[in-house]
Amino acid sequence: MGTQRKGAIVGYAEWPTVRRYEGTRRFMLEQWMDLAAEALEDAGLALEDVDGLVCGTLREANMFVPATVVEYLGQPVKFAEFVDLGGATGTGMLWRAAAAIELGLCDVVLCALPGLPIPTNPDPRDRPPPEARWLGSTSNAWGSPQAEFEVPFGNVAQNAGYAMIATHYEARFGSCEGARAQITAQQRASAALNPLASFYEKPVSIDDVLASPMIAEPLRLLEIVMPCAGGAAVVLASPEKARKSPHRPVQITGYGESLTIKTPTFAEDLAVTPVAAAAATAFARAGTTPAAMDLLALYDCYTITVLLTLEDAGFCPKGAGAAFLAERNLAFDGDFPVNTHGGQLGVGQPGLAGGLLQPIEAARQIMGRAGPRQVRDVNRALATGTGGVMSEQVALILEGA
Amino acid sequence: MTEIVLAPLAPKMTPTSAPFWAALGKGRVVLQQCDACEAWVFYPRPRCPHCLSAALSWKPVSGRATLTTWTHCPRPTAPPFAGFAPQTLAVATLEEGVRMSTFLLETEGRTLSLGMALAPRFVPTEDGAATLLAFAPA
Repeated sequence: MGTQRKGAIVGYAEWPTVRRYEGTRRFMLEQWMDLAAEALEDAGLALEDVDGLVCGTLREANMFVPATVVEYLGQPVKFAEFVDLGGATGTGMLWRAAAAIELGLCDVVLCALPGLPIPTNPDPRDRPPPEARWLGSTSNAWGSPQAEFEVPFGNVAQNAGYAMIATHYEARFGSCEGARAQITAQQRASAALNPLASFYEKPVSIDDVLASPMIAEPLRLLEIVMPCAGGAAVVLASPEKARKSPHRPVQITGYGESLTIKTPTFAEDLAVTPVAAAAATAFARAGTTPAAMDLLALYDCYTITVLLTLEDAGFCPKGAGAAFLAERNLAFDGDFPVNTHGGQLGVGQPGLAGGLLQPIEAARQIMGRAGPRQVRDVNRALATGTGGVMSEQVALILEGA
Repeated sequence: MTEIVLAPLAPKMTPTSAPFWAALGKGRVVLQQCDACEAWVFYPRPRCPHCLSAALSWKPVSGRATLTTWTHCPRPTAPPFAGFAPQTLAVATLEEGVRMSTFLLETEGRTLSLGMALAPRFVPTEDGAATLLAFAPA
């Protein structure tokens, strides 16, 4: 497999994440335009170079999202996609953009996920219902299996689902409490050096994690992402267009995607996640292996997600994650750098944009732009995305050109 | 049992699953089984998710199950459960092999474990609209 015309990340924009946003509220379309301008400037490309666009959900449009964005930006395109993969939306956008470039459909693709609060509608009838706040990724629409068979039991949003995955895993393979706390603590050590992170200059110890309140056994507060405001965008380009960028192009040489369930109640094996299939596809397509990765940027909505992703992506056998981590240091200056930006456990989760922060950090490190947390000699990285409650996962192999 | 429990949220029931809910209201459990491939099906559907046959029949089952996973939530998972906390959410695997989301009752003094035997408990919703299938350690 593989291709001669690989799409590469040539620029990006990432807004600082903040728990309580006090700046000017803007519509998502307005944020899209700001993110596009910043990312294109970073890439050394102009709006007129753009001929492809990939979007996620938009509060201002339930349908026709790409056309709405194209018109707003004022730039016609030859390729448009709408991606709906929850936390895997960001990584899902990037491989679709790279695949479109590979196929020769287009040369420059813009992907953006706004995540700042939008203005409060003065008409209360036009605001989201209060239950939207606690439903999270759960659908309570009539006819949805979740509305009928999950919501009545209180199995809503993400915490209980991830907790039940962790319980099942620990019942079979033993407690990974220490390893889970280690993941937060070592990622927060990296976040402490990331000025864009909510937890910049705020490291925590393993004991701090273990002392934080229990939310859904066995998961504690500091093992769960904090929702925050932010936004991110990425520009991908063909090899010809990539020459205009001031940065080292970061090619997407492998990608894989796997969707299995909506609710983990119905997962074939609660201890095995979709990234097993997604990563196998991505490594095969890139013709590389887990051992060849210089850096990992793993989607981390919860600590347990990182542990299971390490196992299922092939870094250690199933059930051996805690022992594997006990001998390694995940921080930017450790022997096994994972989420050197702090991950979402350190940066915060700016809505769907949280799923772009992993591939952006991998690209930043490969480009050599990570400043005080730069890892030496980073040429190859794995970035993953996870949507819903281990419902769907995407794996990307990124390589410096 | 003297414990009287009412569930705070009613399911949004559909015509396809009406026999399942009707049976629970009478203290019985029924599941769909595929006439073509004999697979047990849950949640209810118009076709079998293994072979896509539309020939599904409702069959009475025991409601006995084993515990596949659980989480004890000291904080309510959603505002309607505020008076219901602490919640113990679980996934039960019925004898027929199908899984379902549920919550556990009568867990005080019991150590929960993978594969633990569970017995059905029929829990009406506060509005009286439906009966949920919960479980207790057998």
